[in-house]
Amino acid sequence: MRTLVIIPTLNEAQNIAAVVAAVRAQFAGDIVVVDDGSEDDSAQRARGAGALVLRHACNLGIGAAVQTGFLYALGQGYDAVVRLDGDGQHDPSFLPQFLHELEADRADVVVGSRFLAREGYQSTVVRRVGILILGVLSALVGARVTDPTSGYWALNRRAFAVLARSQPDDYPETQALVLVTRAGYRVRELPVIMQARSAGRSSIGALHSGFYMVKVILAVLVERLRRR
Amino acid sequence: MHLLKTLAVAFCAALIAFVVEAIRRNRLKERYAILWLGAAGALLLLSVSPLLLDWIAIRLGVKYGTSLLFLVAFLFLLGIVLHFSLVISSHRDSIRRLTQSVALLERALEEQRGPQREP
Repeated sequence: MRTLVIIPTLNEAQNIAAVVAAVRAQFAGDIVVVDDGSEDDSAQRARGAGALVLRHACNLGIGAAVQTGFLYALGQGYDAVVRLDGDGQHDPSFLPQFLHELEADRADVVVGSRFLAREGYQSTVVRRVGILILGVLSALVGARVTDPTSGYWALNRRAFAVLARSQPDDYPETQALVLVTRAGYRVRELPVIMQARSAGRSSIGALHSGFYMVKVILAVLVERLRRR
Repeated sequence: MHLLKTLAVAFCAALIAFVVEAIRRNRLKERYAILWLGAAGALLLLSVSPLLLDWIAIRLGVKYGTSLLFLVAFLFLLGIVLHFSLVISSHRDSIRRLTQSVALLERALEEQRGPQREP
């Protein structure tokens, strides 16, 4: 199974080389870093660490960055992709497990959940309440997962082809989950241990978390209304 | 009242002049030009003859002519803003597709020129 690891990144010069190196230690295939218009030298550092780099000329949002990776994988004929964040939150040692699920054809989409095993970084209290509400919401629209905002995914070609065509822009994780579920693909969660980011700041500030959640809820509801 | 009328007419004339100039300099797309010229023309007509507004209002069963004007102006602006939201959304989509294509093309170009070199 030809697999591509996609790492979306924005201004993560402090982390990106270490993240690429950590993935490299677990995974022999291609790694592509999608630089979503960083103002620092994230792209060069990723390249220096041995990743291919796709560079957006302007910032489009993480959803679009991941989609660019999907488009690349589609064009280059990869059979599967894994997406993980560029801030060091997602431990790449789970990667073989993810790919094993796809290889055994037990799922089309594998989502890493930090709440199944309840170990490692569990996010802040405020955010966790939000994530819980989103989980209930996702269940209402048919996707049964414990960690709907997780950005640690593995997808087979059928599933990422759908998202390459129509990936939501701004809040891609929850919305995309609803999308693939509605398209009839099998989503399976695996327990993972997440870490707090190693350096730098999240693109979602503390005060914005509440606002973020309201927007995701609206986006998911809109997604549900949208005609396919 | 007379001064107000003069001001209103002057304002409409200025609006029309501005729109015409914007078209001339290629800064306004024709589809919007027609819209704004129409709106400015209607305003001009109404400010030249306020009686026309009252006449229409009475016809429609609106007691106070000015409130009809506000209603129409409000609906007009609401429509335009909604339209702009649609335009912005579709532009955002286009920008995304374009940026993604450029990123993929850049990568393809690099590949043609040989393996990526470390900076």
